[in-house]
Amino acid sequence: MMNQVASLSRAGLSGAARLPRPLGARLGPALLVAPLLVFLLIGYVLPILGVLWRSIENSEIPTELPRTVEVLASWDGRDLPPEAAFAALRQDFAQAQTARTIGIVARRLNLVTIGYRTLILSTAMKVQAMRPPYKEAFAATDHRWNEASIWIALKRLGRPVAPDFLLAAVDLEEGETGIRRVDPDRAIYLDVLWRTVEISLSVCALCLVLGLPLAFLIASKARWTNVLMTFVLLPFWMSLLARTAAWVALLQSQGLVNKLLVELGVVAQPLALMFNRAGVLIAMTHILLPYMVLPLYASMRAVPVELVRAGLSLGAGPLTVLSRIYLPLIFPGITAGSMLVIILALGYYITPALVGGTQDQMLSYFVAFNASQVLNWGLASALAVLLLVALALLFALYRLLSHGARPEPA
Amino acid sequence: MPTKRTTLGALTLLAACAFPAVPSEAQEHKITVVSYGGAYTQSQREAFYKPFTAATGVRVQEEDAVEAWPQVKAQIEAGKVTWDVVNGETATILQGCETGLLEPFDWKLVDKSKLIPEAVTECGVGGIVQASVIAYDADKIKGDTPKTVADFWDLKKFPGKRGVRKTPITTLEFALMADGVPHDKIYQVLATKEGVDRAFRKLDEIKPSIVWWESSSSPPQLLADGEVAMTTSWNGRITQAKRADKKNFVIVWDGQNYDVDFWGVVKGAPNKEEAMKFIASATDPQKQAKQMDYVAYGPTAVAAMAILPADFAAELPSSPANLKQGIRNDAKFWAEHLEDLQARFQAWLSK
Repeated sequence: MMNQVASLSRAGLSGAARLPRPLGARLGPALLVAPLLVFLLIGYVLPILGVLWRSIENSEIPTELPRTVEVLASWDGRDLPPEAAFAALRQDFAQAQTARTIGIVARRLNLVTIGYRTLILSTAMKVQAMRPPYKEAFAATDHRWNEASIWIALKRLGRPVAPDFLLAAVDLEEGETGIRRVDPDRAIYLDVLWRTVEISLSVCALCLVLGLPLAFLIASKARWTNVLMTFVLLPFWMSLLARTAAWVALLQSQGLVNKLLVELGVVAQPLALMFNRAGVLIAMTHILLPYMVLPLYASMRAVPVELVRAGLSLGAGPLTVLSRIYLPLIFPGITAGSMLVIILALGYYITPALVGGTQDQMLSYFVAFNASQVLNWGLASALAVLLLVALALLFALYRLLSHGARPEPA
Repeated sequence: MPTKRTTLGALTLLAACAFPAVPSEAQEHKITVVSYGGAYTQSQREAFYKPFTAATGVRVQEEDAVEAWPQVKAQIEAGKVTWDVVNGETATILQGCETGLLEPFDWKLVDKSKLIPEAVTECGVGGIVQASVIAYDADKIKGDTPKTVADFWDLKKFPGKRGVRKTPITTLEFALMADGVPHDKIYQVLATKEGVDRAFRKLDEIKPSIVWWESSSSPPQLLADGEVAMTTSWNGRITQAKRADKKNFVIVWDGQNYDVDFWGVVKGAPNKEEAMKFIASATDPQKQAKQMDYVAYGPTAVAAMAILPADFAAELPSSPANLKQGIRNDAKFWAEHLEDLQARFQAWLSK
């Protein structure tokens, strides 16, 4: 269906190109969609660019310690920086102390090495009383000022743009000797990314298994298919939160499903249907099923019955007709439905958060977690970028699949 | 002349939209106070908001936010601060103060010596003393009852799930206590890599039995529903369930991890002066004692302790008998280690 629309619009465009028309006639349609384009730009493109920027911007240290950053830029990173760097840091610290922004510097450096927070805060309180030479004065407050590590960290954090958060989003970090994998105890996001893809693919497979026969039945226009269609569409019109909350009520250990199973004597103890992967898959499959069924239904309705009959009359068995005629004809429906389900599933947040356990949280959960609980907006943005890249790759794959299957119309 | 009338009506409507009738509100004195919601906000409303409005004529606009700090940060970054007063735990207030999210408090308004020392910080004024405690339902566990943190880990003696707050703060401390680390050595041990490993190994023992909670209203609910046999909780929620809902819940005071919850003024608050005055009014011992009618947390005004009935005082983290069984949450430790341990905790949870 999407392909038909695409080829239609291509035909329209090439038609317009062949016949040169006055400028006004060409501008007319553009003006008609101008509000939409402006809306897309403001509501869609700019925020995405903002997120991309946040994932690499590193303005904290350059803003708070401008003089130090400038001096360190020309330092080769060996031994200790020159006296000028110490003098600049003293001045920057004094200013940040007065502006009450020293905590920002302390927090940022503490992410590099635990303990730097106290070091920065306690040193900043003493800088007013320092007298030159500052190298000795700093070393007297704490021996760590006499070591290269903290200066290397300052130099590295002084870059206006840094890959730190993007690296962290794929469990990497920049050490003093280059990029390396994070400690296995703290590695998390690659696992989460894989889990997100795994859940999305599983949900898509479940939707396909349930959706194919369902769509076939509805497309066959038996007497009660209208009722079936209503059942498919009904959850479509309810809020996502309400549907998820309903699943919580159904699946919890004292919930409807478990009570019924225990009453009927099917199981002795309530089944664990919530706070695990099973619950997430059940709830997500239910919520996303309409997105699979509708494209399937549309593509099945478009299959000419004559083709199937012709195949059968020419001696093909039912399985051959299915695999050589029917499935290829509804293939666009299958890919479109799968794509919709996978793309929507990749970004799921509320459903796994409410129905899943700690081992079932998807990437979006960690975007929200870092944005709202840890206040690390850089990392949250980097994770959002990761999600965006995963989506783009999937979409490219879809284009490849749908175009590879059918040659591009000439 | 229907057309004219319609035009006139439309114009009036338009004017009403363009100039909403709020001139009175713009001049009206009010402060916006952000709190945790539910019974806790109610206690503050009765004890502090109403008397403050009665005395000064300044209305208190209530807002509830479970996650207030991202919004504080966003308001300051956008240069559109609408909140005046916020609540926060020690670590948050400390960090907010250092990173410029809070105004330094004007201590000329309050006599510091009338408060417990923990309640006095640069930006935050202590409102209550609260503790993370272990609790169980005495209607469900009878006979040999849990008495120590180690009992929380004993799944054989006390079968059933365990409710735990989804955060490394207090959770890692409990784990080390259960593993036999003396109370006064907890933060020393937790500051080492081996100590952190040890805490997570101990948590591994009960990980499959843990039901994680985030909202502070969950623990009493989990106990009441029988979803868990024992749970960690803020002490006030348990006492409140005992008082208001006549539940037979029991607090195990061993290992209680107490902390002060603070008032603070948002950096660039629109009604800064009024906000400071409000916070000062909330340190009044009479008002704090009144708050304890609604929630069972400890007061920060020294004189308030004496006003409370004896049976109330016994249920507070700051009662002498309870105090010696627990530890004070080390805000300095957490300010330094939170981000690192939070990352490790998330990775551990997710595996």
